[in-house]
Amino acid sequence: MKLTRREFVKANAAAAAAAAAGITLPAGKALAAKDASIRWDKAPCRFCGTGCSVLVGTRDGRVVATQGDPDAPVNKGLNCIKGYFLSKIMYGKDRLTTPLLRKRNGKFDKEGEFEPVSWDEAFDIMAEKWKAAIRRSMEENKGKPVDQLTSRVGMFGSGQWTIWEGYAASKLYKAGFRSNNIDPNARHCMASAVGAFIRGFGSDEPMGCYDDLENADVFVLWGSNMAEMHPILWSRLTDTRLTKPGCEVHVLSTYENRCFELADNPIVFVPQTDLAILNYIANYIIQNKAYNEDFIKKHVNFNQATTDIGYGLRPDHPLEKKAKNPGVGKFHKISFEEYAKSVEPYTLEYVSELSGVPKEKLERLAKVYADPNKKVMSLWTMGCNQHTRGVWVNGLIYNVHLLMGKISEPGNSPFSLTGQPSACGTAREVGTFAHRLPADYVVKKKSHRDLAEKIWKLPEGTIPGKVGYHAVLQNRMLKDGKLNAYWVMCNNNMQAAANLNEETWPGYRNPENFIVVSDPYPTVTAMAADLILPTAMWTEKEGAYGNAERRTQFWRQQVKPPGEAKSDLWQILEFSKRFKVEEVWPEELIAKKPEYRGKTLFEILFRNGQVDKFPYEHGTVRDEDGNVYDNDESEHFGFYVQKGLFEEYRRFQHEGPKKGHEQAPFDVYHRVRGLRWPVIDGKETLWRYREGYDPYVPKGAGVYFYGRKDGRANIISAPYEPPAESPDDEYDLWLCTGRILEHWHSGSMTRRVPELYRAFPDAVIFMNPDDARERGLRRGMAAKVISRRGEITARVETRGRNRPPRGLIFVPWFDAGRLINKCTLDATDPLSKETDYKKCAVKVVRA
Amino acid sequence: MSKAEEKPKSSERRRFLVDTMRTVGAVTVAGLGLGIYDRQVASALPAQAIRPPGALPEREFLGACIRCGLCVRDCPYGTLRLARPGEPVATGTPWFRAREVPCEMCEDIPCVKACPTGALDHGLTDIDQARMGLAVIVDQESCIAFQGLRCEVCFNICPLRGKAITIEMQHNRRSGTHARFIPVVHSEACTGCGKCEHACILDEAAIKVIPLDLARGMLGRHYRLGWKHRVKGLTEEEKSRRFNLPEGVEYDYRTGIVRRKANPAPDRKEGGVPPDDSPFGDDPLESLRRRRRALP
Repeated sequence: MKLTRREFVKANAAAAAAAAAGITLPAGKALAAKDASIRWDKAPCRFCGTGCSVLVGTRDGRVVATQGDPDAPVNKGLNCIKGYFLSKIMYGKDRLTTPLLRKRNGKFDKEGEFEPVSWDEAFDIMAEKWKAAIRRSMEENKGKPVDQLTSRVGMFGSGQWTIWEGYAASKLYKAGFRSNNIDPNARHCMASAVGAFIRGFGSDEPMGCYDDLENADVFVLWGSNMAEMHPILWSRLTDTRLTKPGCEVHVLSTYENRCFELADNPIVFVPQTDLAILNYIANYIIQNKAYNEDFIKKHVNFNQATTDIGYGLRPDHPLEKKAKNPGVGKFHKISFEEYAKSVEPYTLEYVSELSGVPKEKLERLAKVYADPNKKVMSLWTMGCNQHTRGVWVNGLIYNVHLLMGKISEPGNSPFSLTGQPSACGTAREVGTFAHRLPADYVVKKKSHRDLAEKIWKLPEGTIPGKVGYHAVLQNRMLKDGKLNAYWVMCNNNMQAAANLNEETWPGYRNPENFIVVSDPYPTVTAMAADLILPTAMWTEKEGAYGNAERRTQFWRQQVKPPGEAKSDLWQILEFSKRFKVEEVWPEELIAKKPEYRGKTLFEILFRNGQVDKFPYEHGTVRDEDGNVYDNDESEHFGFYVQKGLFEEYRRFQHEGPKKGHEQAPFDVYHRVRGLRWPVIDGKETLWRYREGYDPYVPKGAGVYFYGRKDGRANIISAPYEPPAESPDDEYDLWLCTGRILEHWHSGSMTRRVPELYRAFPDAVIFMNPDDARERGLRRGMAAKVISRRGEITARVETRGRNRPPRGLIFVPWFDAGRLINKCTLDATDPLSKETDYKKCAVKVVRA
Repeated sequence: MSKAEEKPKSSERRRFLVDTMRTVGAVTVAGLGLGIYDRQVASALPAQAIRPPGALPEREFLGACIRCGLCVRDCPYGTLRLARPGEPVATGTPWFRAREVPCEMCEDIPCVKACPTGALDHGLTDIDQARMGLAVIVDQESCIAFQGLRCEVCFNICPLRGKAITIEMQHNRRSGTHARFIPVVHSEACTGCGKCEHACILDEAAIKVIPLDLARGMLGRHYRLGWKHRVKGLTEEEKSRRFNLPEGVEYDYRTGIVRRKANPAPDRKEGGVPPDDSPFGDDPLESLRRRRRALP
């Protein structure tokens, strides 16, 4: 049966294979014969958080074809246009194949030119810089309690790391280097979503799953251009709209995007007024007494957020000085009546005026939430997360769902979509944030650190209790010279971080600092580095990703990386061999565990009897047909590295007090097309917190939010507060940035696929035709986008896929030749520390 | 940065002249005249050759075009070229291949302005009215959009996006849970610029611009598409229609769907039966009455 299917798959993919391999074959027999030599194996797509599964076709050590996996429940054989080109992303002509170090006269020089060096030389200089920075930190930390420790070494990681890469990096930093200055690019992406999950439910990640897309009656998009950013999920949502009688789609955005093509209720609102619109809906529900009394009584607490919390800028910024409670995330319990009063000012008249949305549209939206018979799925991504009130606005969506009890059941689903392939699986679940530990534990709590130290076999007090530098703070600290040895891995933050000119570039080029960038390609970030490490990508290593619906998916290594390129995992483990414990821990800590004396961090962290528990020899990794796969890391280190790391990580899910994050054993995932956690007794969980669907909900409870001690979710009232920077007479336009369907993030992979490059070569300025005309601009003309912080030149597009209202422009950030983040402002949500990439003030003039 | 800057404007024309002179020499030796060759290709343009915007119908165009090359000289994007001997287009006349360099649809249409004879019709002042050809999805089997993949590159790149190419969303019966986003070309708006063919991400484009006379069918003169030629006034009766229905059941005449009326929870019934589209009455007083009830 299995063989038959495999044969079938092989025959079916013949054409694709030949095409991707660049061979012209006559139809028929010749093709079939060639194709029979292709080995097919499953892997999740490399790109977005949807988590489509593909089958990867390999021949002669090269990925020659891919196909959508017809048996994958997420995508059923489909892909978007990026997924269609997966087989080409590893074969860009300018892959990095050897470490490169800035040198002059044969020696490292910050102002030197990049020269090829060996891995040994690369790690030598890197270790030297790290040791110097750690020595300085140890000096500074003398006599300080564990919750006051700081560090001068840091790392910027990724929601595109595999699960074990994130886990190993986090362990090396938090336990080995005793630095919490490790943060992922998911900070730019999902931090606000996480903040709201933890505040509202005490447990990260959505309660629902993608099956809500078929079970809902109404979809509401709050700042998510799903049509382009989650193409396959959008195709599911569209199908429900097309085939389910009475189904409606409401789309809210600050400009018309492609989702508006399906919208029954299209709503363009003034930036930041989503806060007011959500409060209006809550007010409408209360005024009309439509709320679910029974649900509120049993399952909800009411709270009031601290207000006037600033904009996460540098403390000396006027806006921060002006704020009454900068960065304060505290909230306190209130009564239902007090909550009702807090949303009472958000009348239809007031909110319509503030948001610029006609009353009838707002009312129509409010009615679908308030109708007890309509199942509503709310979806959102960066419009809500990249927001100076991101945690608030996420929370306000939950407020509406909780008032109605429309949560944790098929079709009733507030669903936070994820941008990256493993923002959930790696960055969030493994806890590669400056404040987190694996499985929702945090560095601030001693009991959580104790658990990590127990599992990791570390002396008490190893893990620092002070929250490290988050993404934006890392750039500021680099600039200020307080963070000196910095490793950027699996992301392109020079292009991605806001306010490039003032806050990103200066830190990288600060002579006090040593910057290392690991990447498969010479990105903008690599160009700003001192040392570049060539990196294996996607199926050049064994990996695992976790998508937005809590689905964990594994893949095997399919091919060898080119040249000297090595995986992130190899780099992390190999680098850890360079440190003797005496060089990184103070004597009093080592004294608590004298058997560690003289050992390397590799021995303590990875040769610890747990991570190295599973033996490896060539042939260990094989599929059900007996095909044998490489595993370069396990071959090199002499044990099954990925399995050891994953099984140690699972102990956090099973041995701590927090329940509900359990994953299945390692080997299971190689046999299935992903499982949605918690996986209990081999069964996956579709809807969390709902009796019958979630085994942690006690019988008779109906709903139980067990992430919180009292089992109740928090409704947290928060008001409308204005954005950090709004258009004025001089900078008279809003700038909103984002992505497009054809390119993934900074374009380092997709812009190297010729077809994708041709389909959308350069970033353009999406602009209202009247705004363009007023400035003497026509479609296709070059124009400058200028903010207080920088400028770029790009061509004007007035007819394209995004149609901004007057007063707003949209510029995508994928284009390394037009770095729009020179213009953006590094204002963040003071609670989540996530940058608001959607709102700042610019002007546009003829170039 | 732009193609215009990369490419000297007259290079194509110069190359043409040189090439032509060379070929003329060779052809003369062989005892053949260019005229004979020209006559062979004069009647119909090959499917992959597109004339500049405003070109007269092919036969008239060939009569009017004096092969001066001025339109080619003034094309800022290097789209237009002059046919060389051996090419399937009348030698010396301007044409382009969309897959190589498509027409960028300049608002001021410099190629037309440059034409000294009117072979390119000076009456064309709005580039959107150009009809260089018609984009046709020639291979639905290869087009990944027809298979349910999310591509839509031709739609997105179309300068008259939403008019010349639209997306029709259909249920994907194979997957059962996805939609297909099918590109549809509309001849009343497509200018034949070829941006779609150029950008098509397939190894061989599934959408191609071909001459209008090849591309178009024609509906029988005896028939009209009812939804496009709706006869006004005849459907007003819809609103007054009434139906025998069991209690608590509603029927949507337009969709034909029969369903139970939304039944508000008993404790919320005060204030009468809410209208069909909402759980609430439209009367604000009713809402105010409800508001008085506090939580237990």
